[in-house]
Amino acid sequence: MKKKILLAHGSGGRLSHELIKDLFLRSFDNKFLRKLGDSAIFEKEKIRWAFTTDSYVIRPLFFPGGNIGKLAVCGTINDLAVAGATPLFLSCALIIEEGLEVSTLEKVVYSIKETAEGAGVQIITGDTKVVEHGGADGLFINTSGVGIVRTQENLSPARIEVGDRILINGTLGDHSIATLSRREEFDFQTKLKSDCAPLNDLIGTVLSDSQGIRMMRDPTRGGIASILNETTSGQAFGIELWEEKIPIKEEVASICEMLGFDPLYLANEGKVVLVAKQEEAEKLLSILRSHPLGKESQIVGKVVPEPKGKVYLRTRIGTRRVVDMLTGEQLPRIC
Amino acid sequence: MNELPSEVKKMKYLTEFRQKEPARGVARKIHQLMEDIDREISLMEVCGTHTTAVFRYGITELLPEKLHLISGPGCPVCVTANDYIDKAIAYCHQDKVIIATFGDMMKVPGSRSSLAQETSEGYQVKVVYSSLEAIKIAQKNHENKIIFLGIGFETTAPTVAASILMASDEGVSNYLVLSGHKIMPPAMQALVKDHQIGIDGFLCPGHVSTITGSKIYEFLAQEYHVPCVVAGFEPLDILESIHRLLDQIKSGQAKVENEYRRAVTYQGNVKAQKLMEKVFEKESTSWRGIGEIPGSGLRIRKEYSSFDAEMQLPVKVAKSREHPECICGDILRGLKSPLDCALFRRVCTPSHPVGACMVSSEGTCAAYYKYAEGGGE
Repeated sequence: MKKKILLAHGSGGRLSHELIKDLFLRSFDNKFLRKLGDSAIFEKEKIRWAFTTDSYVIRPLFFPGGNIGKLAVCGTINDLAVAGATPLFLSCALIIEEGLEVSTLEKVVYSIKETAEGAGVQIITGDTKVVEHGGADGLFINTSGVGIVRTQENLSPARIEVGDRILINGTLGDHSIATLSRREEFDFQTKLKSDCAPLNDLIGTVLSDSQGIRMMRDPTRGGIASILNETTSGQAFGIELWEEKIPIKEEVASICEMLGFDPLYLANEGKVVLVAKQEEAEKLLSILRSHPLGKESQIVGKVVPEPKGKVYLRTRIGTRRVVDMLTGEQLPRIC
Repeated sequence: MNELPSEVKKMKYLTEFRQKEPARGVARKIHQLMEDIDREISLMEVCGTHTTAVFRYGITELLPEKLHLISGPGCPVCVTANDYIDKAIAYCHQDKVIIATFGDMMKVPGSRSSLAQETSEGYQVKVVYSSLEAIKIAQKNHENKIIFLGIGFETTAPTVAASILMASDEGVSNYLVLSGHKIMPPAMQALVKDHQIGIDGFLCPGHVSTITGSKIYEFLAQEYHVPCVVAGFEPLDILESIHRLLDQIKSGQAKVENEYRRAVTYQGNVKAQKLMEKVFEKESTSWRGIGEIPGSGLRIRKEYSSFDAEMQLPVKVAKSREHPECICGDILRGLKSPLDCALFRRVCTPSHPVGACMVSSEGTCAAYYKYAEGGGE
């Protein structure tokens, strides 16, 4: 049988990685792409630029705490910000399904404008395509962005050392569970909101007040588990997470229990994971906590010499278990 | 008797069942009991959620070497026989048929293909989160027949029964169910009678018991003298249940205890039981790895046969076949561990599963793959 693309190829798990490695990287291979960072970083005229792109397909288009437009702006801003860059300009391309209500489109576009203005970025180019009914699920958005890198060195896993601390700026899984709760098949009564937010101000503050950051990532699809596995992969260190320090809302924890989900794999849209020098960790924690988007920040783990290339969790009951990469979308348990 | 220990009794919230000191305390008691018992003990956790929890919290790390937790057949996807998947695939090839299924079933390999492969070929398979969602699809697609793949134990069967009654009340005539539902007690009986396995006690499935009540396990204690404890899913629940099983074993007793009292009663959810009985009747059915077990399956009663896919649209499928090297069967009977399998992690992975135990997140192989890969230690 001929090989076909499956949904799992887009899930951010192993099949996605195989596709990236075996097709895209092999075809486009160059030194910028090879790093597979959230943004590509290149130098021109003595300025280091960060450049990134992302497409947004989400159902439902509106969810508690945001919508596809806000998400498309925040996601690209955050990919630039975690590369240590100040985001400047964005593009915005819309693929619209025939039949979408104009008022819906207006709401989304207004939200794009508001979010971009609030974050201090401008949308300077764009494109619109309309496809036949059934050719898209309402509305798809692609945004690309450029920014200027502010850190002295490029942030990367190669700079991480044993003893470094892992920090996170708040609770995990709010976005995943908030969007899930609005899908008609669940219709949970919850007050949860997506954490969707532009992180450039928070990250800018952190970078100007501390030189101790080794690397940052935004734990979107695949959650904190997947990005930390990508961080340790092929490196001479491992990461130990402390379950009791990981901030998770009681409501998110309960819904996870009910459906059989592991919060470490849930997507976030307003979170950043920072790896920082041990001696800077406490200072960073107080900087993060003094920002509105970092009130519930925690130091959640540390970089360890063994097991190399792996992430593991020190559980609440004191045992250890491996935290592997997500291999597909998490699905509710059947019992 | 059956009184919760004070450290468990006081607890209300999830986090309280995940505390270090009480867990260590119960673990110490388990070690003491095992020293007194002084032989190898095998306890079966029947339910897939227990298997996952055992791994997720690293519980085996706290247990004595001579105490073995063996994983049972309590993951509905895993025990679904190949011919069921083959039938579902045959249905999706038919004109004007849309299959509606829980997501986990998509990747399960049948004899020749999987539903995920068929979708990429353009056949219509929709992932739903409940049978009620399948009814909604039926209501929006009058020209098509919607076949819902009904799998799951006593926990899920009542909801599917309710969907059939709802379709009947609302006149949704294009909604059909391919019933692959199974019930637990006959399977547990078959495992107990299999002396090759040698089960010293059961951690009984918590979710199933919320519906059935703890009463369904009485015959195992009385007729087969096997200790049973209905267990919750938090680390302390599991440790405490193991502790109680060992207590029974040490004193030579066999009875049914209920550790999961915050969710399970003796009688269970009678309303749900009645729904299930109204729509379904017991039949002999085949379990992957265990084979045919009399009275362990649920088929749709004649009164509701207009919603029974097999009655309305009979299909013929070629004789099913399994991958010759797959040992899912022995794993489901607790005879072997995934680490004994030649395919595990080399050929069979969650992205490319060969056997069903690798597909569901609650399957034994998937749990081993996810939480014990390469030994994080």
